[in-house]
Amino acid sequence: MPSEPIKQVAGTGVYVPGDDIDTDRIIPARFMKCITFDGLGEYLFYDVRKTEQGEDKPHNLNDPRFQGASIIISGSNFGCGSSREHAPQSIMRAGFKAVIAGSFAEIFYGNSTNLGVVCVTATDADRKVLADAVEMNPQLEITIDVNDHKIWFGDQYITCDMRPGARSSLLKGTYDPLDELLEGAEQVNETAAKLPYMSA
Amino acid sequence: MAQSLFEKVWNAHAVRQLGNGQTQLLIGTHLIHEVTSPQAFGMLRDRGLAVKYPERTFATVDHIVPTNEMTEPYSDALAQGMIEELRKNCADNKIKFFDTNTGQQGIVHIVGPEQGITQPGTTIACGDSHTSTHGAFGAIAFGIGTSQVRDVLATQTIALNRLKVRRINVNGKLRPGVYSKDVILHIIRLLGTKGGTGFAYEYGGSTFDNMTMEERMTVCNMSIEGGARAGYVNPDATTFEYLKGRPYSPQGAAWDEAVERWKSMASDPDCEYDDVVEINAAEIEPTVTWGITPGQGVGINENIPAADEGETQSERDSIAEALEHMQFAGGSPVKGKKIDVAFLGSCTNGRLSDLKEVAQYIQGRKVADGVQAIVVPGSQVVSQIAVELGLDKIYKDAGFEWRGAGCSMCLAMNPDKLIGDQLCASSSNRNFKGRQGSPTGRTMLMSPLMVAAAAITGEVCDAREVFGVGAAVTV
Repeated sequence: MPSEPIKQVAGTGVYVPGDDIDTDRIIPARFMKCITFDGLGEYLFYDVRKTEQGEDKPHNLNDPRFQGASIIISGSNFGCGSSREHAPQSIMRAGFKAVIAGSFAEIFYGNSTNLGVVCVTATDADRKVLADAVEMNPQLEITIDVNDHKIWFGDQYITCDMRPGARSSLLKGTYDPLDELLEGAEQVNETAAKLPYMSA
Repeated sequence: MAQSLFEKVWNAHAVRQLGNGQTQLLIGTHLIHEVTSPQAFGMLRDRGLAVKYPERTFATVDHIVPTNEMTEPYSDALAQGMIEELRKNCADNKIKFFDTNTGQQGIVHIVGPEQGITQPGTTIACGDSHTSTHGAFGAIAFGIGTSQVRDVLATQTIALNRLKVRRINVNGKLRPGVYSKDVILHIIRLLGTKGGTGFAYEYGGSTFDNMTMEERMTVCNMSIEGGARAGYVNPDATTFEYLKGRPYSPQGAAWDEAVERWKSMASDPDCEYDDVVEINAAEIEPTVTWGITPGQGVGINENIPAADEGETQSERDSIAEALEHMQFAGGSPVKGKKIDVAFLGSCTNGRLSDLKEVAQYIQGRKVADGVQAIVVPGSQVVSQIAVELGLDKIYKDAGFEWRGAGCSMCLAMNPDKLIGDQLCASSSNRNFKGRQGSPTGRTMLMSPLMVAAAAITGEVCDAREVFGVGAAVTV
């Protein structure tokens, strides 16, 4: 059963500064002691947002002006580190629908796309323009046009990029690949039969 | 046409092209553990799907197991729930589980090779980014997310974009006291934490030809820290020698056939690569990270950079952020930083050869006052052999705590955690903020012998000086 196609994502943004935002930062390992993904949204960026005493730190993610944001704007190599799907799960469950970054780590990118969390890249200069605009006006509506490679805000836009496979899957609503993989079962058997270590 | 090992393995396992242009890739061996598999089994149950190849699926428990109080039920009820869930999922689906009572449990990336499950020319997936470790055998091994664990359980395939291949040649002899850990920290320092995005790293050259399998595993393990999803070394006589006679290795006539097949999978000498990097082994120093990404490393005799040394604004910001977290002054020597904890273990450096190498130097020495030093063997098999060799006694006599097998303080999902802003000399693979269990905890990555030297002197130091490496002692 294909999912709903994702042609665009609209909402307000929040800027999470820094390059190399790793998956331990997105969701610390101690919150992965679970057998479902339920409730992970609560722990998104926990140590970025909270002191060890559990009090709010001064950070955009705690700033009332950016509450309700559904698009994260960040630096390069976003999602590096562990393969934990808990990271995009917590992003999605905290209400975010998209991440705009300088670049993404590979496993995170795949995990996010499989969930329909839209990951797009934009240049440093363009992300700065967008982050500054959001800082000036936190209620600024941002629209990521998946088809058109554009991020609109107010009356301006910046261009963005995404991997071809991801774009096509989002537009077709086939970003969760399981059904398509299941359809290939017969060919899977044929491929496996040619491999001695799998047919022994 | 001449092909790389990556191309040969990819082509042999490519099932078909999917609608979005990705490849449906057959996964020969699926390794699972307690943290990233329970939700995948749940999704299978929700869809009424069965495990397609239970006989090609192997499980162990590693992330959450305690290493001192190992009797169940664990004091942490959540951890207990996770091990029970895995036990049940394996039993229900007839999956081989290297449980804690088998004598074969351990970190998934140590268990696979030591059981002979990891084999050349195969594809391997596991819900853990350090799956790249298995590439040491000439396998193409991918870390995957939980939805992909579901995909592999249900279809034995994943949807993937083909990777480019970067050949990294390291030639020459490593100087005494320089280890494979230093090689990979050096590579990441040179190429960056995102330099490998979109690539598989093929490691070669005389330095790799001369490495043992365990040394090759240390390098391949941290490929992901350089942004490369997979890293591998072409299989050779060293590979076959390691695998011969292991429980899951082919036996008898099948062994000879397998070796011939494995040899044929190695990269052809004249194949083309998307990129080639050359490194001189003699230039590699014992390397230590000073920051909060594995790329922020320096040679032991170098200074930590100051924020204004960054070439771009974002580099300057990154250095400043790292210095603030680590509480280090820019421009200060990396040597002499006082440590609180020394951690010897992990899928990077928790193998028998790591424990043996360090043990020969620490006899008659003592861990510095105020330093907690723990040794966590990577598997029960490693632990058992180490005990038979008397290594546990050497470590205990020197003041190290000898623990049970698991991931332990590499990511601190079990009770082994840093407290507050403790500084840890660690043989593990990640120095991210909060990685070792305390949000303000600080990690410096280095080779096992450098960890031991820090444990004994109480500060980051040059193990070659502390232990007279290259002088009195033969390595």
